[in-house]
Amino acid sequence: QYSGVLVSFYLLTMSLRITFFPKLQLKPVLTVSDKILDLPLEKQDLFRVSELFTVKDLFDARVHLGHKKGCRHRLMEPYLYDSSLDYDIIDLDKTAEHLRRALNVTAQTAYGGGIILFISRRRQFCHLVENTAEECGEYAHTRYWQGGLFTNAHVQYGPGVRLPDLVVFLSTLNNVFQQHVAVRDAGKMNIPTVGVVDSNCNPSLLTYPVPGNDDSPVAVELYCRLFKTTINRAKDKRKQMDNKHDILLKSIIK
Amino acid sequence: MLMNDSSAAVSPQICGTPALRRKNLGAAGPEKFTPEFIQKQVEEFEIGKRHLANMMGEDPENFTQEDIDRSIAYLFPSGLFEKRARPLMKVRLSADLCFPPCEAVQWGPDGRPFHFLFYTGKQYYYSLMHDLYGRVLKVEKHQDQLRAKGLFPTEPKQIALGTSRWLTKEELEARLVEPISSQDYEYFIQLMERLLAMPCCSLEQQFVMSHRQQLEAQSMHQVVPPLQKDDAGVDFSTAEGRRKTSRGSVVVRDCGAGRLTVNGQDYLHYFPVLQDREQLMFPLQFCGLLGRFDLDCSVSGGGRSSQAGALRLAISRALLSFLPQSEGEAMRQAGLLTPDPRVRERKKPGQEGARRKFTWKKR
Repeated sequence: QYSGVLVSFYLLTMSLRITFFPKLQLKPVLTVSDKILDLPLEKQDLFRVSELFTVKDLFDARVHLGHKKGCRHRLMEPYLYDSSLDYDIIDLDKTAEHLRRALNVTAQTAYGGGIILFISRRRQFCHLVENTAEECGEYAHTRYWQGGLFTNAHVQYGPGVRLPDLVVFLSTLNNVFQQHVAVRDAGKMNIPTVGVVDSNCNPSLLTYPVPGNDDSPVAVELYCRLFKTTINRAKDKRKQMDNKHDILLKSIIK
Repeated sequence: MLMNDSSAAVSPQICGTPALRRKNLGAAGPEKFTPEFIQKQVEEFEIGKRHLANMMGEDPENFTQEDIDRSIAYLFPSGLFEKRARPLMKVRLSADLCFPPCEAVQWGPDGRPFHFLFYTGKQYYYSLMHDLYGRVLKVEKHQDQLRAKGLFPTEPKQIALGTSRWLTKEELEARLVEPISSQDYEYFIQLMERLLAMPCCSLEQQFVMSHRQQLEAQSMHQVVPPLQKDDAGVDFSTAEGRRKTSRGSVVVRDCGAGRLTVNGQDYLHYFPVLQDREQLMFPLQFCGLLGRFDLDCSVSGGGRSSQAGALRLAISRALLSFLPQSEGEAMRQAGLLTPDPRVRERKKPGQEGARRKFTWKKR
């Protein structure tokens, strides 16, 4: 079940290692920092992500409410449970499984010191998303998306810029109900994406789609809270491991 | 994916305007003003300062900035009017010249950017908007709490704006140290106006006033010449005035005679034309003090009319020290204290005069 997570995270750590250790090592020398980075891969659910929410919490936050039958995207049909009076209902068991996977990926990226970018083009939630990003020490983009922010990064920002290692979409659509440009651009730049997809969105380009409601304030507040908690937990765990490693080194030197 | 830091290009960018600072940093153009680069420039400046001191034959240890300015003005004399275009040898680390702070690197050694809105492209503008919207929400929440308790004010206390105006787009750009478009500026003003329209906006008074510019009243700039007393105990004051190429100065004495002397001669002899004498008398007539003062004037340059105008300005300025401020304000509103900026326009080549063109001949 976590094989997809393992492969993606291994690729992620490999890319991180390339940026930190420019000399390509033919035989991987296992240093202590490598052991710290591999710890989430060895233990299942190291960050106890499955304890953060239950299916009942998702139901209370109205995550299961989708749009009307006319707005339905063909590729979202596997994730829908039923439709009542033409309103689509999203299958919360599938949502829970996808959400757990997505939170695991976020946690492991944050644990490895990766950059996480939150994107949402909904004006209602712009302030909330920016606050969430600020509180967990990550980055947000809830404004007008300038053309080449990912694909033309070295011209837009300056040479030597580091792009995000994970992009989290709280809503994959922009103000004109078309797919956000960042979904395609992140795919072009090999950046893994996590996204909340409603019944009118296209889940195909996202790495870890999470079928769920992106219109209700309750639902979006729930997602923000969950992502913030996971990222903070992951960062605390990493700090803990680094401190343990430092104490161990000091005791060895003595 | 791995990018090395670009090595510094040859010439540093001395002047920076928002147009130049616009993002096209991928081209091999202006380099980054990193702290290391600034440090290197400071060291080179110190070495250059010592060379300059040796050249001028002075002590390299005690060579101050004024000595540097003097030496550069001596070695590279420049007749340019624009002071900022003349040769300069100075290291100023502030935002106005040399190393504008927006060129500093925006991320740490691990590559993580410092600002949480870095990936938007316009981090400072959007963080200002985020902050402003947060304050709007705070005021709304406060209003809801008051309404719940039943203490909602019927006569809301408005923020005293006084004689202030919103910051202009250029001033906002200078404050945010990054270029913004006119659309962005309009959104900013709209959101500020929305904050001001709320009843309980006095919570955010300090924030609002920090984005407004005070308009000083024109009369506050007026410099009043000091009232002096001579040996005989008579009050007098001196002032100068200019018009076209004439320069005049006048000493107004509180004698009570009404005598006027210009360049040693009586004013009737110096200004035979009635119009010029009227110009001299106008400030006194306006304040109703015709017979009170003795005027001792000296004037040079220009023609009769411009000399009269110069003396009129000088008399008005000298009278300010004898009058209360309200009368002075009345004089300013009448236009007596405004120097006339009109000067003779130069003749252009290809034309007969300043504006007159040569006669057009069809064939």
